[in-house]
Amino acid sequence: MTEPVVEMRGISIEFPGVKALDGVDFRLFPGEVHSLMGENGAGKSTLIKALTGVYPIDAGEIRIAGEIRRLNGTADARNAGIATVYQEVNLCANLSIGENVMLGQEPRSALGIRWKALHAAAHAALERLGLGALDPRAPLSSLSLAVQQLVAIARAVQRESKVLILDEPTSSLDANEVANLFRVIRRLRDEGVAILFVSHFLDQVYAISDRMTILRNGRYEGEFLTKDLDRTALISTMIGKDADALRSIAARRARHDGEPQVVLSATDLGRKGSIAPTDVDLHRGEVVGLAGLLGSGRTELARLLYGADRADTGSIIRAGKRADLRSPRAAMRSRIAYSSENRRDEGIIRDLTVRENLILGLQTKRGWARPIPRREQDELVQKYIGELGIRPADPERPIKQLSGGNQQKVLLGRWLATQPEILILDEPTRGIDIGAKAEIQGAVAALAERGVTVVFISSELEEVVRLSDRILVLKDRRKIAELVNGEHVTADTIVAVIAEDAATAHEETEA
Amino acid sequence: MNRVKGLVKKPPFWGFVAILLLLAINLAKDPRYLAITVSPVTGNLVGNVIDILRVVAPILLIAFGMCLVIATGGIDLSVGSVMAVSGAVAMQYLHDHGAPDSVGDALAAIGLALGVALLVGLVNAVLVAVVGLQPFITTLVMMLAGRGLAKVVTQGQNTNAVNDPMRWIANGYVLGIPVVFLLALVLIVVVAVLIRRSALGLLIESLGVDPKAARLAGVDRRALLFSAYLLSALLAGIAGLFATGSVMTVDVSQTGYQAELDAILAVVVGGTSLAGGRFSLGGAVVGAFLIATLDKTIVFLGVPASATPAFKAVVIVVLCLLQSQRVRGWIGQAGARMRAARKAVA
Repeated sequence: MTEPVVEMRGISIEFPGVKALDGVDFRLFPGEVHSLMGENGAGKSTLIKALTGVYPIDAGEIRIAGEIRRLNGTADARNAGIATVYQEVNLCANLSIGENVMLGQEPRSALGIRWKALHAAAHAALERLGLGALDPRAPLSSLSLAVQQLVAIARAVQRESKVLILDEPTSSLDANEVANLFRVIRRLRDEGVAILFVSHFLDQVYAISDRMTILRNGRYEGEFLTKDLDRTALISTMIGKDADALRSIAARRARHDGEPQVVLSATDLGRKGSIAPTDVDLHRGEVVGLAGLLGSGRTELARLLYGADRADTGSIIRAGKRADLRSPRAAMRSRIAYSSENRRDEGIIRDLTVRENLILGLQTKRGWARPIPRREQDELVQKYIGELGIRPADPERPIKQLSGGNQQKVLLGRWLATQPEILILDEPTRGIDIGAKAEIQGAVAALAERGVTVVFISSELEEVVRLSDRILVLKDRRKIAELVNGEHVTADTIVAVIAEDAATAHEETEA
Repeated sequence: MNRVKGLVKKPPFWGFVAILLLLAINLAKDPRYLAITVSPVTGNLVGNVIDILRVVAPILLIAFGMCLVIATGGIDLSVGSVMAVSGAVAMQYLHDHGAPDSVGDALAAIGLALGVALLVGLVNAVLVAVVGLQPFITTLVMMLAGRGLAKVVTQGQNTNAVNDPMRWIANGYVLGIPVVFLLALVLIVVVAVLIRRSALGLLIESLGVDPKAARLAGVDRRALLFSAYLLSALLAGIAGLFATGSVMTVDVSQTGYQAELDAILAVVVGGTSLAGGRFSLGGAVVGAFLIATLDKTIVFLGVPASATPAFKAVVIVVLCLLQSQRVRGWIGQAGARMRAARKAVA
């Protein structure tokens, strides 16, 4: 076997009061894709930050290409040949593609930047990833998010990187885009680049990686060849208990009997440029899944139901009365809650604490003049920290210090505290680990049992099928089907519905 | 020890240290600087400290308003001009209609002045919250327009008036302490209680940190912005009455001149970020006292008038440096190196 290009031994990192990493080992070989697995808060991000020089290590050693290195800052890591592409694309939308690829590495002459050379170099870097068709002079903003991500990779590898770290690169991509990304990853792997891959999508991890290292609670749980470890074993190693907990959720979802009670009925609800007029009925105690690809209009429909965007056609009957949902406040008064898919920009309030974030919804509902007494706040926060398993269980910690899954749980708590009758969850499980996912799915099922109507949006069709009583399928910004869930409905059914619609649409244009 | 460390990290701490330092400098020049005596004629307290209390009153008020506006993610550059407008309206009214000892006339003048101040605040609020203009541009325009309005009100004159009740508010004493300071104290306590005992503080902070997320959480942006800009204008209007009442003259080009800068400095020294979000009213109080002490010290030390702004700037820059995370990191590192070196020697 060849020498590992990265070898980390006994890495420990301590934050005030928390041991984030405790004696973790990690190796990375050239020409392999290595997945780092673990729940939220298991220490994946911390380990990556140790390797990229963001956090200094308290114990252990890092060898890069056989030499012991001390990484003080990201520049050290870059110089050692370690490149990173983060979950959120860190590019400049106002610059051209080529400028982004070469940012900080512009070929210069006495008269400034040599633009021709810059664009040639950028083109070469893109070509290497099979993106030769892109014009380096075009503005970055002309590209879809997925292609921007590939540009970010081109930027990362254009300086002879030996190691490429991809942190959740697929969380906002659709299936096609993921396939594209994987093509690029394989190409780099075959060139001998060592790739560290982090994703919560198990299918993708199995599709792309050769080896995986599993962390749990900041400790090293082992390193495995992907082909030697099946999913059940992986999940139980990650969460340290049986994966049966996940399966039981589906069983718990009992079918409803009797006449469904309509709590909300929207007719011709639509908004120009975001979703065509659509009819939606929601029943009490029902989970309604919105399925469809990214950009199919799922989020747009949800935002109209919450008043986050104004509908320009249609009307909504809420509990038998006509409701004018022209702002989130109006929707909240109608006891509708909406948790955005964009957790970072539209969900959490970064600088506020867990407690403040959690009570915010209830507080705005009550109005500024009726502050929630501190005792009641503490009780609420304790309740939801316990029920939803928010970790760390410290209400006074700024929410920005929590992992994504735990931020999501706080947001779920925020909306549950307002006691909604209709709860719209937009991608509540995106980018979070399997344990937190199970907890959130469990909470959704329990809510429906208690009579809350849940609108559940997810890119993971399996998840939609597992949870929903009824599934609205959307495509190209309109509703194309409504399925009553049952034994015969699977993720494949939905895919077939979407594909079939494409076929009919095609025929229509032919005719 | 840990508690001391936590205190040092709280931004107002260094403002507090700076105040003590300035007082120490003054004491070095005159050992009797801090002495407070009872005036044998009037029975009131006199001394430099009392002077500082008098100077700090208007700064406290505008700093409080500024602090709230900044917390929403905005800024209010018009406070100085609002002071001038409010003073101009009051003086002009008393000049034209006022009887020298009529309490009613004084109240009418005050009501009229604050009404006009609120009008300016309302324009700010509408432009920022409804029209969606940038706070900086909006209030910059109102800063120019406000002083223009003051000149229109007095027809370009520095109007003076005679009215004893008005004069008493600005120059009088209760229990030996200046009325202006007591009034300012009452006002800021009322505002602080209103903000921190209700949920307004939390809502303003969430709006300032992340307006989009706050909107989806049901925060009423418009109402909060209206409250902040109106309150800021109202407090500035009162500050304008204090400033003009003490001499019973409005100087349309000097009253409240660059007061917005004092207010912003007080807020920043108090540890509130100009980016909005988390704010500290206590910090703004410390900041206002620092500005007042600094102003008095400059006069007391006889710093030439032309060098005054530079002197002020140096003090503020040093303070901001001490509060910056990075500089603090450097100081910490240097300290650690020195300790290590000492250990090595031992």
